[in-house]
Amino acid sequence: MTGNGPFAWWRWQRLFSDFSLILGGFGRTLLVAALALLLALVLGTILGLFSASHSKILHAITRIYVEIFQNTPLVIQIFFYYNALPYAGVVLSSFMIGILGVGVYHGAYVAEVIRAGIGSIPGGQMEAARSQGFTNFQAMVYIILPQTIKIILPPLTNLAVNLIKNTSILAIIAGGDLMYHANSWASNGTLSYGPAYVVAGVLYFILCFPLAVWARRYENKLKNREFVTAETVELISEVIEC
Amino acid sequence: MIKLVDVDKYFGSLHVLKNYNLTVGEGEKLVIIGPSGSGKSTAIRCINGLEEPTSGHVYINNEELTHKNHIELVRRHCSMVFQQFNLYPHMSVLRNITLALTKLQKKTKAEADEIAYTYLDLVGLREKADSYPAMLSGGQQQRVAIARALATQRKILLFDEPTSALDPEMVQEVLDVMIKLSEQSITMVVVTHEMGFARQVADRIVFMDDGVIVEEGTPDAFFSNPTNERTRLFLSKILR
Repeated sequence: MTGNGPFAWWRWQRLFSDFSLILGGFGRTLLVAALALLLALVLGTILGLFSASHSKILHAITRIYVEIFQNTPLVIQIFFYYNALPYAGVVLSSFMIGILGVGVYHGAYVAEVIRAGIGSIPGGQMEAARSQGFTNFQAMVYIILPQTIKIILPPLTNLAVNLIKNTSILAIIAGGDLMYHANSWASNGTLSYGPAYVVAGVLYFILCFPLAVWARRYENKLKNREFVTAETVELISEVIEC
Repeated sequence: MIKLVDVDKYFGSLHVLKNYNLTVGEGEKLVIIGPSGSGKSTAIRCINGLEEPTSGHVYINNEELTHKNHIELVRRHCSMVFQQFNLYPHMSVLRNITLALTKLQKKTKAEADEIAYTYLDLVGLREKADSYPAMLSGGQQQRVAIARALATQRKILLFDEPTSALDPEMVQEVLDVMIKLSEQSITMVVVTHEMGFARQVADRIVFMDDGVIVEEGTPDAFFSNPTNERTRLFLSKILR
């Protein structure tokens, strides 16, 4: 109880008396993750549509984007925005860097998921749409993309979970997020790293775990039924809101 | 109404349509027959822009179909029924029919529903309006697809082997609907292997082989007195 082990009781007591600090970080993490996910979904959908189009230029743009952001470490990207961009006169707050950096990085993965989803829809669907006079874009929005939801939901969920966890990278640029506050609370005070990291881990888990369960439930529900028009619309808005 | 002039179409090195010329008059019921690989589907798909000719011209109502205007022209003039039905699986039967009406023709939901029910009555599937395609038989799906094609009220209806993917016992219900349509003034271009249908409905039959039109004529002349050796050979195989 009064010992000095990493999980000594007094360390927990100290942590819970300063808990509002941790909660503040938790709120920041939540906000950054939500906005970054929104950005990633918007960017990824646009890029996914690019790669499904017939334009060579749009294909090239998407490929370059995806390969660059998927094949360089997120840390480098974040440090670049934080340390290098200011020399180009662009100074972003660590909050903005969180949204942009994490959003842009995961946008590359969303793009690949959307591309695969579109590719899995039979070609006859696009032909039927075009034979009715829909433009490629209209066909995507009304006919193709809604049919991809069932297929892309599981990978998109994994992606959202990864995105939430990856916001913890903001700790290294003093991002004010959950990981940052947990770590700095411990290092600036009683060195109670044990409880700080456990509590931070539990809070990340609370965010990620229900998301995974929710998506699995929806996936099963959709699998059992082909008809989803109204639900699909709901689902898209829910995915965006995550 | 429809004109294909000197159309050549290549898929890679495969020469599918060879200096192809076809004219379809307003209100005409034209049936295209021929062995598989003869280019009949490609020809019909050139009419609504699903395939672009490698060279040559396609005219609809004296307007040339181009890469730029094909969506606009198709929207005004053509509908198509496919071998594989291609209904939208995530939408109800009713929504399959009304989507183009509300999104492209800017009709209200009530107007669109009313039109949809009119054509569902025509194909005898009003009670399936709220079903989803996966819950219907192949024949029913194809009848919905026909209702969907009709609902936009365009003057040209293209059929690309509409009964080829159906179980034999469902072929007739689809043909019956098409026979009923043939009494209307719309232009029908039908690629099919159903010779009985062709004989009953066609104003003119075109026989294609190897990317060219080998022979054409009225059903009577075509079936009773084919002049070309290839036509005779084909008919002897298909009519027993």
